[in-house]
Amino acid sequence: MSLSPLDVPTSEVLEAPSPDGGLGIQNIEGRSPLRLALTRLRSDRLAWIAAGMIVVMALIAIAAPLISTATGHSPYNPDLVNGTDTFGQPWGPGQAGFLLGTDNLGRDILVRVAYGARISLLVGVLATLLATLSGTILGLISGYFGGWIDAVLARLMDAVLSFPYVLAAIVIASVFGGSLGLTIGVIAFFSWAAIGRIVRGQTLSQKEKEYVEAARSIGAGPFRIMFVDILPNLIAPVIVLGTLLVPVAIVFEATLDYLGVGVGPPIPTWGNMLADDQGSAGFGAWWFWVFPSVALLITTLGFNLLGDSVRDALDPRTERIFAMRRKGAAATGGPSGAAPGDPAPVSEPAPS
Amino acid sequence: MIRFIIRRVVQGIITLWVIVSLVFVLFFLTKPNPARLLAGKEATVAQVATISKALGLNAPVWQQYLSFLNRLRQFNLGESYKLHEPVTTLIGQWVQVDISLAVGAGVIWLAMGLSVGILAARRPRSVWDRSATVFVLVGLSTPTFILGLLLLFVFFYILTTHGIAIFPSAGNYTPFLTNPAEWAHDLILPWLTLALITAATYARLSRSSLLEVLGEDYIRTARAKGLSERRVVYRHALRAAITPIVTQFGIDLAGVLGGAIITETIFGLPGLGQNVVSAISREDLPVIQGIVLVAAAFIVVANIIVDVLYAVIDPRVRLS
Repeated sequence: MSLSPLDVPTSEVLEAPSPDGGLGIQNIEGRSPLRLALTRLRSDRLAWIAAGMIVVMALIAIAAPLISTATGHSPYNPDLVNGTDTFGQPWGPGQAGFLLGTDNLGRDILVRVAYGARISLLVGVLATLLATLSGTILGLISGYFGGWIDAVLARLMDAVLSFPYVLAAIVIASVFGGSLGLTIGVIAFFSWAAIGRIVRGQTLSQKEKEYVEAARSIGAGPFRIMFVDILPNLIAPVIVLGTLLVPVAIVFEATLDYLGVGVGPPIPTWGNMLADDQGSAGFGAWWFWVFPSVALLITTLGFNLLGDSVRDALDPRTERIFAMRRKGAAATGGPSGAAPGDPAPVSEPAPS
Repeated sequence: MIRFIIRRVVQGIITLWVIVSLVFVLFFLTKPNPARLLAGKEATVAQVATISKALGLNAPVWQQYLSFLNRLRQFNLGESYKLHEPVTTLIGQWVQVDISLAVGAGVIWLAMGLSVGILAARRPRSVWDRSATVFVLVGLSTPTFILGLLLLFVFFYILTTHGIAIFPSAGNYTPFLTNPAEWAHDLILPWLTLALITAATYARLSRSSLLEVLGEDYIRTARAKGLSERRVVYRHALRAAITPIVTQFGIDLAGVLGGAIITETIFGLPGLGQNVVSAISREDLPVIQGIVLVAAAFIVVANIIVDVLYAVIDPRVRLS
């Protein structure tokens, strides 16, 4: 599961070839499809913007305790003395040292939004990882073994997919009481089947190919064939689905919290911050809900944009678009013209 | 065809059985004594025992489960612990709200999604296409409750505080038969909320589907015959491209029919979604079970209808 390089595309820096040695044999080098995709991804400006949005949110999440210390405002404790004016009304943005204002209990919205980022990102990423892992494994098993195992697993996937999932999630959360672990588990449970179904379908077609037969003829066991031989061929759709699942999971978490069955107070989350001011009474204090909404939108938009770019990068059919874009960039001497791995086998070394 | 339908119906019943059993087990394991709840705070032990007996709660679990399934077979969902009315009657009242929601929102999102998708597919990589992409991404990224709050804020709060009271606040609902104009007026914001979010999926789906079809040989033939572009797109291409949209529409419509929990909560609409949330908070097991069952049944039935429609719309599909 090499999900990590795509999760943080900025962290992976491929070594650029030396600018002058471009005509030698070393220029023609075999590259794995994943590497090619990564190269394409790196030349996609939107992907960088998306990654930037996510990184900013991640930094805010990491820095949440620092923000709390720097401002001296706790994310949990109501502070009716400093956090509200003399009439007990919440401060607006920028008043009394509260950059984004306070809520009706006098808590700093900035600090709470920052802490909310932690929950959203944690739940989004962990639930997606869990769902992707289990969906891939169960999909592989279902597709590869067939027979009654497949019958049971396929039926299970159908049942999960036709479950009214928000409803079911509320039922489960209300029975067991909301908590962080349960929220992650519930989201993962209702998300794995979508991936499982795709992986199952792909496995069904892959297992008929010659390379599987070859692997079997040299004595490879079913698990080796499944995970060493077939899995690498399914990695592209799994990565795309996984990336696009993150924003879905984040919205799911916010929805559960909005309905009061998620992580739950006093932990600030974007969902329960929005639920705090339901009704027209809260509308006058627009900063109650505008800032958590904006934070949520930036995060989901970032992951959706990244998911779109990842899909384009992994789809060989879109190669032409990327080639065109690179050509344009190279002609104008743009920075992406110096991209190291040009997928076209015969290409001139990029000027740098 | 008949055999296919029968098989799908049997599969659907199995799915529903799995779902209701899960709900039963979930509540049985964690909330073992609804009799205590029913009897109220000042009930004596004897009273609780009487109610337990009347509800059949003293029987072993498997017997309760069997009698539960038996009642289901007769379409008897039991009686609400708190509202003291048959669950089927209650659901019959509540589902009208969801039907109203689904009809209005469905028309809007289909019209909006299809037109954006077609516009984008006819001029790929144009400004229109790019705007459509933005529309899709924003739609997919926006949670329903944020859009609902935003619409309420802009169209109700800001307009009303500026003396333009066109749109109603949350919490208004008029049945269609009482006053159709008032009905539409009260539902316009909930419709828009549901429709704007859902339209994004349709725009994306119709764009990619139409683009794929437009690349096919018979489209080139149609163009070579000298047909107008309009006719090629709307008569020849759209018909073949519409199949995935029908699938999605069936499932989405069924989802709303089974209770649009968030939209109903924000706008205070007394449909299945809002009622299941309040039933959960008062631990009214028969109502919860009934609504979960009905909601799942909508999706299962929609899936079957969609599969059959597939073959009707697209003769290339052979059901086997």
